[in-house]
Amino acid sequence: MNSVALPSTSKSAAERIRTPWSEFWRKFRRQKLAVASGVFLLLLVAVALLAPWIAPYDPAAPDYDHVLEGPSWLHWAGTDDYGRDILSRIINGAGISLMVGFLAVTVGGVIGIAMGLLSGFYEGWIDRIIMRICDVLLAFPGILLAIGIVAILGPGVENVIWAVAVFSIPVFARLVRGSTLALKRAVYVDAARAIGVRNIVLMARHILPGALPSVIVYFSMRFGTSILTAASLSFIGLGAQPPTPEWGAMLSAGRSFIGVADHLTFFPGLAIFVTVLAFNLLGDGLRDALDPKLSQL
Amino acid sequence: MASEALLSVRDLAVEFPTERGAVTVVDGVSFDIRPRETLAVVGESGSGKSVTALSIMRLLEYGGGRIARGNMLYRTRDGSVRDLVKGLPSDLRPMRGDEIAMIFQEPMTSLNPVFTIGDQISEAILLHQDMDRAAARAETLRLLEKVRIPEAKRLLDVHPHQLSGGMRQRVMIAMALSCRPGLLIADEPTTALDVTIQAQILRLMQQLQEEMGMAMMFITHDMGVVAEIADRVVVMYKGRKVEEGTTEEIFTSPQHPYTKSLLSAVPRLGAMKGCSLPARFPLVDPSKGSAASEAPQNTVKSAAEPLLSVRDLATRFDIHKGIFSRVVARVHAVEQVSFDIMPGETLSLVGESGCGKSTTGRTLMQLIEPTSGTIWFEGRDIAALSAAERRGLRRKIQYIFQDPYASLNPRLTVGFSIAEPIVTHGLASGSAVRERVAELLSLVGLLPEHAERYPHEFSGGQRQRISIARALASDPRLVIADESVAALDVSIRAQVINLLMDLQERLGVAFLFISHDMAVVERISHRVAVMYLGQIVEIGSRQDIFENPQHPYTRRLLSAVPIADPRLRSRDRELITGEVPSPTRRVGDEPIVEKLAAVSPTHFVAKHTVGAY
Repeated sequence: MNSVALPSTSKSAAERIRTPWSEFWRKFRRQKLAVASGVFLLLLVAVALLAPWIAPYDPAAPDYDHVLEGPSWLHWAGTDDYGRDILSRIINGAGISLMVGFLAVTVGGVIGIAMGLLSGFYEGWIDRIIMRICDVLLAFPGILLAIGIVAILGPGVENVIWAVAVFSIPVFARLVRGSTLALKRAVYVDAARAIGVRNIVLMARHILPGALPSVIVYFSMRFGTSILTAASLSFIGLGAQPPTPEWGAMLSAGRSFIGVADHLTFFPGLAIFVTVLAFNLLGDGLRDALDPKLSQL
Repeated sequence: MASEALLSVRDLAVEFPTERGAVTVVDGVSFDIRPRETLAVVGESGSGKSVTALSIMRLLEYGGGRIARGNMLYRTRDGSVRDLVKGLPSDLRPMRGDEIAMIFQEPMTSLNPVFTIGDQISEAILLHQDMDRAAARAETLRLLEKVRIPEAKRLLDVHPHQLSGGMRQRVMIAMALSCRPGLLIADEPTTALDVTIQAQILRLMQQLQEEMGMAMMFITHDMGVVAEIADRVVVMYKGRKVEEGTTEEIFTSPQHPYTKSLLSAVPRLGAMKGCSLPARFPLVDPSKGSAASEAPQNTVKSAAEPLLSVRDLATRFDIHKGIFSRVVARVHAVEQVSFDIMPGETLSLVGESGCGKSTTGRTLMQLIEPTSGTIWFEGRDIAALSAAERRGLRRKIQYIFQDPYASLNPRLTVGFSIAEPIVTHGLASGSAVRERVAELLSLVGLLPEHAERYPHEFSGGQRQRISIARALASDPRLVIADESVAALDVSIRAQVINLLMDLQERLGVAFLFISHDMAVVERISHRVAVMYLGQIVEIGSRQDIFENPQHPYTRRLLSAVPIADPRLRSRDRELITGEVPSPTRRVGDEPIVEKLAAVSPTHFVAKHTVGAY
């Protein structure tokens, strides 16, 4: 090579290197509310995992001397109609709600992402079939669809997961299809194809990572919605069955006492509200940090 | 203020505040523009030339910049002198368009798509002049005629998307001239246009300047355009003025080392007259001022079998319409194209946008299915290969895209991108891959540690080097370079071309070099094929095409190229008129294609009618 002077890019190389991760971190850190939500959710996960050890009482042990008591130093969130400690029940219920939410969104997300990728990448008849399925699923209001599925499969936590998962599928499929359609026209996808990369690798390595930011945002948002839907199903008696300390089921059981002891519905309701809100705030923050269109801010 | 100057800029400094403190992008620039004069401001990207123009209009503040110091005295129509730096940017609004007008690079986005051409020009007139609507419309028509738009009356009621790029730029000029400004600032007005259209717009601007007696500040990176149009030149480099002088002075005796290196990197059409082989740019090192050697290059193995043979290749795209997706028309992108490439040879495919040169490249790369025709590579018919063999073929033919940034996945490290073809074709594994990547990076003049970085951390020229390294990773026999140097700055472009020629000498690869730039093509090619409306209208050795052009389109293309030599300004350019016709045709309306006639054993030309010829 003849004398070619290259302007050096290395301005104190170590600190200038910006990986996509560090870039994300830099922007996410600025979203105070989202960071707080994230910390809260991490704590909630810790609480759910450590529930048997940190709950002050056995969530299932009745205490007929203290029935329907309001919040006190002994029972921070009061007791229910069997004298069970509501705080302990909420702590134990956190695991169920988070698990249902997580599994439902993961199952729905994985299926939806795969469908969306295939649909957007191949177009043609595959696309038409997948998108018509999504249209049908989206035509039903989410909760109605879930009720229908549970009605077919029978009540129970496991079936609730499937029911809630099904109504997440079309959302993810459409989202990923949209990104795929846009990304597969990117020059670097053509460049990879020109190198001889197989379709499956093309999808996994060059297209999916580009779609992931919006998927992650949706994942967080759907997490909240799924917890809410699962709680609703339990509330109407289709999900977790009464002795289980599930938040929706607790709300449902406390409903009869709402006139005499409103803390029976207030605290489980608060738990659901705060958790769903935290997921949505987290999602907003993630979107601001990940959305390339907002990257100038 | 100098007594005769129209605009006098003194010690101008412009800053842009960022997270890490203010960045000075223009630093202490001074120059004058006299009435009726054309001043060219040249420099590469990041030199601060556009920012200087925006400061004069005080449009800078809307883009987040700030004038740190300096003054800009402007003599208005009524003779009073005004400092443009003083006051708020909004105070200058009445002067914009009226006293000082500006036209931009992108005629596609400078016009509002929802209004008709007539309405948009009338609006500009009504804004500054006391006129009623009917009078403004009449004035608009007069302006459109002034910028030599055929059928100006019909154009009044047409929307921007119905016009070609060249027509849109004419409309922008008409708009800018509506108030007879004293100074017209043109920021790269012809960069986005095809070369024949560029020649027309440049000539038009010169004529209008003479007719209206205005001054022009012409911002460009193209030394050829400077030589064609400017009276005086200001050379900018990294926010500073490094040299100023008359066009003659700058071109014949440049003083500053940067100007010298810039001029050495400019391909001059006709510079290689009498030489049959391609040769590297004799680049001047800006720090030392000494020139490198210019050795001709003979890498063609002409006795061997052709590496690639293309016969009667056609690629057409159907245009569907209606609920039954009926085919209503076809884009005849490539029509009956035939050529050979020998091992180690560079064949250039030249033509203007829409002529089918990129489609030809993409078809050869199997990114698009050909409609008909055969492609032989190393003696084998590509169509007869199995899917696995085709994938293997992609190892031997590689592609370098125009935009190196878009062609590298932004989420993968550069090292990974370069390693991808090696891994995909199983050419190496484990630490051997890493070694090969390091070797390739040094081959293209980068450092092995660059492998860990992401594409956005590199400059445009470095990214193109990375793309080249990636294309060479699988040891290809043929590299298709699709406008691979078009987006690069002049000096970087020359470096990359020299690099490509080095690599050809060392590795013996053949290049299919797709380009619109005749001057670059003259440097790099062994043979040249000229494309027009999807057909090859002339093909021959480099010398045949450049020294003995036969087809009228080739001649037109050559005469439109701005030559970076002010002494050649008064060439005959009368044959350049009109636009390039569209390759879209109705179903059943097939274009006529005949065999090319031989001029000499190496030189063939189309004798049948193609488009306008």
